[in-house]
Amino acid sequence: MIEIRFHGRGGQGAVIASELLAQAAFLEGKHPQSFPFFGVERRGAPVTAFTRIDDAPIQIRTSITAPDIVVVLDAGLMRTINVIAGLKPDGLLLVNTEKNPDKLEAPFKGRLATIDATGIALAHGLGTKAMPIVNTAVLGALARASGIVSRDSVRKAVERFVPAKQQANVMAVDDAYDHVLTLAAVVP
Amino acid sequence: MVELVISGNYAQSYAAKLARVQVASAYPITPQTSIVEKIAEFVASGELQAEFIKVESEHSALQACISAAALGARTYTATSSQGLLLMHELLHWAAGARTPVVMGVVNRAVAPPWSIWTDHTDTMAQRDTGWIQFYGESNQEVLDTTLMAFRLAESVEVRLPAMVTEDAFYLSHTVEPVDIPSQEQVDAFLPPREQSSTLQVGTGMRLGSFTGPDLYMEFRHKIARAMARARDVFLEVEDDYARMTGRNHGGLLPTYKADDADTVLVTMGTATTTARGVVDAMRADGHRVGLAKLRTFRPFPTQELRDLASQVDRIGVLDRSFTFGAAGAAFTEVAGALYTGPHRPLLRDFVAGLGGRDVTEVTVREAFLDLLTRDAPESQWVELKSRQEAP
Amino acid sequence: MTKYEVEEDLPEAPIATTPSDVIHTSSWRTFRPVIDLKICTKCNVCWKFCPDDAVAFDGEGFPVIRLDYCKGCAICAEECKPKAITMVKEE
Repeated sequence: MIEIRFHGRGGQGAVIASELLAQAAFLEGKHPQSFPFFGVERRGAPVTAFTRIDDAPIQIRTSITAPDIVVVLDAGLMRTINVIAGLKPDGLLLVNTEKNPDKLEAPFKGRLATIDATGIALAHGLGTKAMPIVNTAVLGALARASGIVSRDSVRKAVERFVPAKQQANVMAVDDAYDHVLTLAAVVP
Repeated sequence: MVELVISGNYAQSYAAKLARVQVASAYPITPQTSIVEKIAEFVASGELQAEFIKVESEHSALQACISAAALGARTYTATSSQGLLLMHELLHWAAGARTPVVMGVVNRAVAPPWSIWTDHTDTMAQRDTGWIQFYGESNQEVLDTTLMAFRLAESVEVRLPAMVTEDAFYLSHTVEPVDIPSQEQVDAFLPPREQSSTLQVGTGMRLGSFTGPDLYMEFRHKIARAMARARDVFLEVEDDYARMTGRNHGGLLPTYKADDADTVLVTMGTATTTARGVVDAMRADGHRVGLAKLRTFRPFPTQELRDLASQVDRIGVLDRSFTFGAAGAAFTEVAGALYTGPHRPLLRDFVAGLGGRDVTEVTVREAFLDLLTRDAPESQWVELKSRQEAP
Repeated sequence: MTKYEVEEDLPEAPIATTPSDVIHTSSWRTFRPVIDLKICTKCNVCWKFCPDDAVAFDGEGFPVIRLDYCKGCAICAEECKPKAITMVKEE
């Protein structure tokens, strides 16, 4: 079973990202479960969402405290939230940022990946400069960096379940898939 | 039949749609809101031909459903926590008037302090009202049980309202695969409601007449008998549903590895899923443990619990509510059922998960280990944050 | 009226087939309201305050007490703005 945690701000699509990932996994015949951590909901407030993916039906319903993958939709959150809390030492941290992974200031020795999802989202007209909708780009990057779902499944999930601008969103998925940069774990 | 990855809330919405409810009325409250938003979408698109009555409070929502149901309509509402508490007097009304309203309740803790997370206090506070009560463990079970609830509530032997609950966020906002039966299947399983004899348009009837001490008790005894009949009718309804879908959720008290257990934990709602994993892990360690899921709280599975008590040495009840001055609600009722029966194994109360506190594998294991090693009459509040020494 | 003696006699739900308006609560009255139509301004306050729906209206819009149901509580007389209502003892 793989456990993924998403960090975003209200309005960026973190919860939808976790659901789209669940849909993509389901399309591949896997068993998904996704849920948000519910706090006070408002635009700009930190949002955490979770997805579990397994080959067998999932027999657990608690919070995810030791994720295999952490996805950060807004790098600014890393100043105030310990996004890597509980992240497995050999896990993956994917961050939406213009920086390359080797320039990322994260006290994490596992695998790092970065993608300029904001730039990609704006290039495809998704959201606004103040609130870019980065979730589909981030999912494309996640598919490539982690291999937990295929590019094709993510495209299909986006086509089927994103409420608007399906084509633009699919292009963002592809764009991010092709441009995500990863850095292997630092082995001590 | 189609498989969709949906939330527990949407599972309720799809069930209401497939059941072809005719009147829906509800007031929004976190975390129920998306149930009703989805139903409103179905009505707006024409996928569901229903009258959606907009109201200003939960009390009015249930009133609208009672009135419509008394006239023969199939009705649905949904709420949670404070909304359910606001409706409370009308829950007594719905049952007393013998209206088969079906209600989805997202279990949410009650204020104060304000909480939007899960526990069972809200629906436990309704256990005296005459409503049939189901506690849900998965989104699939919520959808299936809601469909069965319509048929059970409307059956001529029962004619009582029914609620189907789901834990806030663990089910309401958790998205997972659910098999949605086809409309043809549901139409065959749940035909249109038979004409109600409660009220009829064009006749001068009154519902809820003033009754003196000479006959009030007899009216209430009718409710008692109807609730007693609900037990067997439910088992028939579930058999029928299983024939149609291939899914049987195990009746009033489904068990897991209880047949050769000496120690069993009674659980409700989503804590059950986690508890199963712990049962497996502890069995691997050599403990003969099992679990029993309290799926129907009303009618209470007295016979099933007595049968369980005849096989085991110890029973622990994992409560997600607490009645101050007494004990956990589920424990109190299990104790009542067993005390008047022939077998009285060791029985203990464990209170956990209030206000959305996560019931983890650690929580359940702690309860099991305490149950296996200690006897104590007081309710044990598990993982309570305190500087004091636990008794 | 149906005679109910035991549980089996009762309908399943607590319904009555006799409408409540067959009960004439006029017998509860000691005083009855009398409206002086020369003073009455047709403000309808008596109708609004009557707890029993015992005020109807005639073809000209004047209030008419429904004597089958009026219990003589005198709220209409108390509330009447132009003081057009007097309470008169029943014989």
